[in-house]
Amino acid sequence: MAEKFVKQYKTVHFNLNGNDVERSVDVRASLTDMLRNDFRMTSVKKGCEVGECGACNVLIDGEAFNSCIYLAVWAEGKHIRTLEGLLGPDGEMSDIQQAFIDEAAIQCGFCTPGFILTAVEILETGKEYTDAELRKLLSGHLCRCTGYENILRAVKKTMYKRLGKAMPE
Amino acid sequence: MYDMKALYEAGSVDEAVALRVAHPDAQIIAGGSDVLVQMREGKRAGAELISIYGIDALRGVSQEADGTLRIGSLTSFSHITKDPLIQQYINVLGEAVDQVGGPQIRNIGTIGGNTCNGVTSADSASTLFAWDAIVELTGPDGVRRQPIHDFYLKAGKVDLHPGEIQTAILIPKESYENTFGHYIKYAMRNAMDIATLGTSVNVRLSADKKTVERTRIAFGVAGPVPLRAATAEQTANGQPVSQELAEAFSQAVKADINPRDSWRASRDFRMHIAVESAKRAFIESVRLAGGEL
Repeated sequence: MAEKFVKQYKTVHFNLNGNDVERSVDVRASLTDMLRNDFRMTSVKKGCEVGECGACNVLIDGEAFNSCIYLAVWAEGKHIRTLEGLLGPDGEMSDIQQAFIDEAAIQCGFCTPGFILTAVEILETGKEYTDAELRKLLSGHLCRCTGYENILRAVKKTMYKRLGKAMPE
Repeated sequence: MYDMKALYEAGSVDEAVALRVAHPDAQIIAGGSDVLVQMREGKRAGAELISIYGIDALRGVSQEADGTLRIGSLTSFSHITKDPLIQQYINVLGEAVDQVGGPQIRNIGTIGGNTCNGVTSADSASTLFAWDAIVELTGPDGVRRQPIHDFYLKAGKVDLHPGEIQTAILIPKESYENTFGHYIKYAMRNAMDIATLGTSVNVRLSADKKTVERTRIAFGVAGPVPLRAATAEQTANGQPVSQELAEAFSQAVKADINPRDSWRASRDFRMHIAVESAKRAFIESVRLAGGEL
């Protein structure tokens, strides 16, 4: 006897970019699905959908996660940040976004939101990292256009700026 | 959307065990970085899932009264690496799991999932074998503890009984006391890659740092499940620290391992890097223990 699939929903409560929200979601949804379809957070990109490329990266309780391999129902009680949350009150960009522009660290832009949120996690530790450490911290993202040097430089420049130090040559 | 038949969420170990008993065919999902990917690829399509991800009681590292280190099965790789107890007593485990996948994978991946998968390439596995870790399993009949060597049955298969979930990995004091270790992952890339070979060595030196009191070595991908190299261990135990010993120790691993040809690497190449990794990891472990050679 073939069993019929019974649709299963759950109400999830969480904080999205500073606002408490709730939504009834299909339990089969990934966090990427919920953020894009229910909240129009289109900075969260669907890339590989198997946790390899980092395009769907979001911050959950301050740590970077690939939202494509994170069940939407797991968002319950969490604080989630997407690129949209970096906008200032008048729509101004954050320092790290501006640095990506200044360093030409963007070409097609598909990997950029994911990279920037990992950069936010790095910057918010308030630590000074070596180039080797930064490369490792950024290694969960694939960029198929520019290569990684400009991205590394954008993060490094912002790191030194936030630390109030001159960037070594 | 994932192609799943149903999702059951456990908020506690008791609930997880009850769900396991009620749904014996359901797949356990911890962090999901394997299960969800397999589901996406169609391998587990249509499965029922029991999510244990919400059981916060299974997160974190603590020390029991007898000194045993207790690593909750849902502790993520990144939290293991950052943990002060791990850094103090078994730093090599933190370094090993810091080489899994990439940063986001290390935030979601759990040590319980890494071991319950039963794959030989798991970056935590060789170190857990080399430190005689004990797996704690909780089921309808209570808690049982099993040495990790007996937990791995064959490739992809671990000794998880019906109704059970893994609740902790335990590192006995006897394993970590005065013991220093090093892990070498050999892979084609530095990030987002699976080990071609994983080698974990640890040593305990005599008080004058001249003699190897005890050495342990385990490999991942040198056989269908992670394995210890007993001949190599016997070669080094009780011997004076020297470069010659490092050489003899590393050559001896050839008697213990049985790697295979795969698209990732040939058997011969794995044999070669096993010897070289054993030597380097031994030398580094001796150095960390304060010895000179």
